[in-house]
Amino acid sequence: MAEAISLMKGNDAIAHAAIRYGVDGYFGYPITPQSEVIEVLMEAAPWKTTGMVVLQAESEVSAINMVYGGAACGKYVMTSSSSPGISLKQEGISYMAGAELPCLIVNVQRGGPGLGTIQPSQADYFQTVKGGGHGDYKLITLAPNSVQEMADFVALGFDLAFKYRNPAMILTDGVIGQMMEKVKLPEYRRRRTEGEIREQCPWATLGKTADRGPNIITSLELGSAEMEENNKRFQAKYRVIEEKEVRYEEIQCDDAEYLLVAFGSAARICLKTIQLAREEGIKVGMVRPITLWPFPTKLLHGYADKVKGMLTVELNAGQMVEDVRLAVNGKVPVEHYGRLGGIVPTPDEVLEALKKKMDIK
Amino acid sequence: MLQEIVISGFGGQGVLSMGKILAYSGMMEDKEVSWFPAYGPEQRGGTANVTVIISDEPISSPVLNQYDIAIVLNQPSLDKFEGRVKPGGILIYDGYGIRRKVKRGDINVYRVNAMDESTKMDNARVFNMIVLGGLLKIVPMVSLENVMKGLKESLPERHHGLLPMNEKAILRGMEIIEQEQKAKVTPA
Repeated sequence: MAEAISLMKGNDAIAHAAIRYGVDGYFGYPITPQSEVIEVLMEAAPWKTTGMVVLQAESEVSAINMVYGGAACGKYVMTSSSSPGISLKQEGISYMAGAELPCLIVNVQRGGPGLGTIQPSQADYFQTVKGGGHGDYKLITLAPNSVQEMADFVALGFDLAFKYRNPAMILTDGVIGQMMEKVKLPEYRRRRTEGEIREQCPWATLGKTADRGPNIITSLELGSAEMEENNKRFQAKYRVIEEKEVRYEEIQCDDAEYLLVAFGSAARICLKTIQLAREEGIKVGMVRPITLWPFPTKLLHGYADKVKGMLTVELNAGQMVEDVRLAVNGKVPVEHYGRLGGIVPTPDEVLEALKKKMDIK
Repeated sequence: MLQEIVISGFGGQGVLSMGKILAYSGMMEDKEVSWFPAYGPEQRGGTANVTVIISDEPISSPVLNQYDIAIVLNQPSLDKFEGRVKPGGILIYDGYGIRRKVKRGDINVYRVNAMDESTKMDNARVFNMIVLGGLLKIVPMVSLENVMKGLKESLPERHHGLLPMNEKAILRGMEIIEQEQKAKVTPA
């Protein structure tokens, strides 16, 4: 039977998609604007149906460490929070990257710094793609721009995380988390059996069997020569991900003289800006990075010869703009437009900024 | 078809749920819909608002600064959104909460006295459904049948007993607009 179309919030879609993917455990702590994730999971009570654990931890720090424990056993485990809570999780995220543990983390961003506001923001871009926690590590980062992608990226996030034994993050914000749209949820998959997990994750600490030595999951390595080897292995893995897993969308780029570069909710706003601009005869297109790391560097480099200028539109003071500038390496002007602290720009505001910053008469 | 709508009023007036029912109704008609609330602390007594878009085409930005239709249910909402109705667009207000006249001359203005009417119906909670009825009489963007389906979909099952009362309120809202329109065309 074809799955029905539902109307729901982005946060709700994450929760339903997690149950349907066959996730083994969710560990979280409520914070606006993402509390619907745990709310919907608690109401759906999947422990009665699929056996999925849903647990409200005593803090964000506990939640991420519960995720570490579950992931060490090869389980599909996840957590979600919003900016201040994600800051608390950074130690755990760095440890998981160091221990090469796959998991899914959802950040429904709000305006910072500090406790900030509860309104939408994209100011955690740097935190997510440049580190956040300590050490040389990378997070596979997916940026959904619709409720449908919120649902779809749960599966994509887990698939990539397990393919590369690396934490993955869905980086979204209060707009996509709180808005309701139509969504087609994925089909139900049953949770994996322990045998299937042992087969898929031979590294998992599920109990030693007679035919192998003990599995050890740790990020600690006191010998620096060995630690350098570990780091080289991580870096080699990151290069493969950068080569194979870049995802993006190109919108009306064929004849574009100017390029908008935006992700998530900002990209939705820019869709309307493109329409308004083209009504005025300004040829604008957009590149929407879907993976923020790995970043579509090569693609943007290719556009540097084709357009007169690029404008990144972000709900922050200018973060992704740095990656776009690195990609085009000075070949074409790259400007930034953003609103701060929870204010969401409107499509015509972006159009005004585009005209001003690109000097379009 | 593209309808870009903002509904704004005090928290507790049923602004967000009215938007939700509209969005559900649009979905019942196989339209594309989006519902984006101001989800801030204003829900607790300040002004709450929600942007609802109903369209034949995929929806681009869920965030807008100009609207085809603004439904304003208190004075701060009128102040905030009157200037943001597209020329030729529609502004619907409830007379109870509004202290000044609408200034714009280039938009169509309708009054639905839903607060008074819900008091007469002895049920303050159907206030938002009276407003919704008024809206649907002015712009029949979704059929009553699909509104009722949408209402059923958006209400938890334990509240389905309230459906007939809500339908009555929607019909009453439609009548109010009908009477207003008759009053307009018939010179006194």
